[in-house]
Amino acid sequence: MTKLLDREPVALLVFSAVILLMPLWLTPLGANYPDLLQKFAIYGIFAMGFNILFGLTGYLSFGHAAFLGVGSYAAVWSFKLFTMNVIPAIAFGVLFSGIFAFLIGYVSLRRSGIYFSILTLAFAQMCYNLAYSVLTPITNGETGLQLTLQDPRIIDRMFAPAGAGLPSTNFFGILMSGYSGFYFCAVVLIICFFISRRIFKSPFGLTLLGIKSNQNRMGYTGYNTRPYTQTAFVISGMFAGLAGSLLAVTDPLAGAERMQWTASGEVVLMTILGGVGTLIGPMLGAWLIKYFENIFSAFNEATLEQTFSFLPEPLAHAAVAISGLFVGEGWHLTLGVLFMLIVIFLPGGIMEGWRRLARWIGGGGGGKAKSESAAVAQPAE
Amino acid sequence: MSKIALTRRNLLKAGAASGVALAAPMSFVRGAYAEEFCNMPTGSTVTLGFNVPQSGPYADEGADELRAYQLAVKHLNGEGDGGMLNTFSSKALKGNGILGKKVEYVTGDTQTKSDAARASAKRMIEKDGAIMITGGSSSGVAVAVQGLCQENGIIFMAGLTHSNDTTGKDKKRFGFRHFFNAYMSGQALGPILADELGKDRTAYHLTADYNWGWTQEESIKNATENLGWKTASAVRTPLGAGDFSQYLTPVLNSGADVLILNHYGKDMVNSLTQAVQFGMREKQVNGKNFEIVVPLFSRLMAQGAGENIKGILGTTNWNWSLQDDASQAFVKSFGQEYGFPPSQAAQTCYVQALLYADACERAGAFTPPQVIEALEGFEFDGMGNGPTLYRAADHQCFKEVLVVRGNENPSSQFDLLDVVKIVPRDQVTYDPSIFGGELGPSDVKKC
Repeated sequence: MTKLLDREPVALLVFSAVILLMPLWLTPLGANYPDLLQKFAIYGIFAMGFNILFGLTGYLSFGHAAFLGVGSYAAVWSFKLFTMNVIPAIAFGVLFSGIFAFLIGYVSLRRSGIYFSILTLAFAQMCYNLAYSVLTPITNGETGLQLTLQDPRIIDRMFAPAGAGLPSTNFFGILMSGYSGFYFCAVVLIICFFISRRIFKSPFGLTLLGIKSNQNRMGYTGYNTRPYTQTAFVISGMFAGLAGSLLAVTDPLAGAERMQWTASGEVVLMTILGGVGTLIGPMLGAWLIKYFENIFSAFNEATLEQTFSFLPEPLAHAAVAISGLFVGEGWHLTLGVLFMLIVIFLPGGIMEGWRRLARWIGGGGGGKAKSESAAVAQPAE
Repeated sequence: MSKIALTRRNLLKAGAASGVALAAPMSFVRGAYAEEFCNMPTGSTVTLGFNVPQSGPYADEGADELRAYQLAVKHLNGEGDGGMLNTFSSKALKGNGILGKKVEYVTGDTQTKSDAARASAKRMIEKDGAIMITGGSSSGVAVAVQGLCQENGIIFMAGLTHSNDTTGKDKKRFGFRHFFNAYMSGQALGPILADELGKDRTAYHLTADYNWGWTQEESIKNATENLGWKTASAVRTPLGAGDFSQYLTPVLNSGADVLILNHYGKDMVNSLTQAVQFGMREKQVNGKNFEIVVPLFSRLMAQGAGENIKGILGTTNWNWSLQDDASQAFVKSFGQEYGFPPSQAAQTCYVQALLYADACERAGAFTPPQVIEALEGFEFDGMGNGPTLYRAADHQCFKEVLVVRGNENPSSQFDLLDVVKIVPRDQVTYDPSIFGGELGPSDVKKC
């Protein structure tokens, strides 16, 4: 099974099927609605891109949300100035975040370890504050950049006069809201998966892994590591910009809080939850976090009372009172507990859990020593 | 690296498979499209979406809003004592839900962030089938969610939002606001400030750095400068800053003798408390007592600020100490339910829920354009703010504005605001064209 999955066409096919059939298999989980599906795909791309940097080179960037924000702003400006077609918006989003990533990476990558993390965090907070209160003519501050009826939209105006309401984003006529928006993001996610897979298996990816395990040794073997880390940083930033522009595509609004340090921290959580350095782990982590954020936060007392209505009255009340702490506004608590459990018992994230499960099923449960050796091998992955 | 022929063949296969995969769910969701307008209620219930801040600097207001909504749902469904339904001038609501359909609700956390608020509103629209979204305690969020609702053809009944933009520059056909705005605050507060503090004053503004803060700063600045005041400086502070000492230290050396805090919620509690701790209220500047003004006040904030609120002037949309029948009825049923009086956020949200339900009853349908028509230009009374008009030109409610002062001798922990003056509606009414903006179309939209 795992052997088979290593073959590229099979891997792509299975991955595509899983992603495109999300509306089906997420229905029982209550997550089948366009907005959440779009978020799954978009944050999957974001986490996958982050993993190219963190998973392969070991450089922990705490400022990736800056690129997400830059991508969003660039895309919304493309909608405002040129056309509601999503292709230029995405192109601008990726381009601008690439430029930002190059500049920030050029400075930050002079240091490694904790210093690198702090530098990226500082740059991201700088971007956030610029967007929030300094560059308000460009970013519209806290309210966020929105489309208005007065926007020029030069290219669109050449073909048709402005309508009465705000136009919608489209891909050559296909509206990018609802399920069509999800399928668009899903196809982009599949393409990103393909690219990311290729990077993982390429000599370039192996070099990055070499840098992760020992940068000095790489230097002694004659590699100049800076261009490699710089490239990884830019690619990773462009993935984030792509995700940011897709956020704007599905919902044409760009807010400064997308660049806040909490957003940068979130992608680190996603990656660690899912499994650092694994191909699809970060995406799974992103799904988990977005699922909690959107579904768990929506449970209120009424829903809980319904859920526990089968219990006798006093018991039901107790159950509602206790579980009420973990849902609704308490979803952060649930996520925190889950995060702790995973970090303590499954340092390799969901993917390690998956591997252990597969081995347990495959090996008849008789492999404690084996699983330990796998855990040791983990960090180098 | 890999063989191209192999990839292409499999790519074709993948293409075919994805085609099937694409088509399959479409047939599942098609049912959702076979309706007249987005989230048309077909069963025996109708779902409203309550999108309030449950975390962040406005969490207290959000919690009170949610209580008010739950109370409104009870009253609409004919449970409890009916609250303001009994005093409301329109008698269309019968306590049997809306148009005979039982009212249900879903909740979400806006986190006082545009992104999170829109995600939460989208969930309500796409997943939970909410026909109307209401709530929020921040103008930035209100503007963002209002835009989303306009795109989706869902009615948005704004909660606590005080920025001029919500029904000004960013007004939308599907968005309605009951709460007053910063311009009205300026108009109401200006004359009182002139009476109490004199016409020869220099103001220093500390402003929450977002949509609402900017428009309030502008409105108060205009109103006070018209009185002859000068403005020393206007400094923007980040939302949810927590520590304002770095912004407060320059105030006393700036030559200003009035500090105007354009802050709300926990921000206001923190900045006011720190200003008082700095000893500002005991200071003399330019031979006058140094004064602090908080243009937008609420009882929840007064509670948070404790002693420091005493004697401070501001405006508020509504206060529970009002003696009219409607306010009394609302305070009574809210108090019975939760054991303490409601805040202004609770009142505005409760009223918004009732107004929407009433508009549906009067329109005889849930169809958004008809409901919008029923709300536009609607004149009503008996909701605690005196005679009120929902102006058609900008979907803003015009009603009395309360100028209040922090109570020097509170008789209870809730008796924190003294009503100084009830400013009549005419004095705060303005020409809708001064803020620009366009309402946009009221087309029926499908999900």
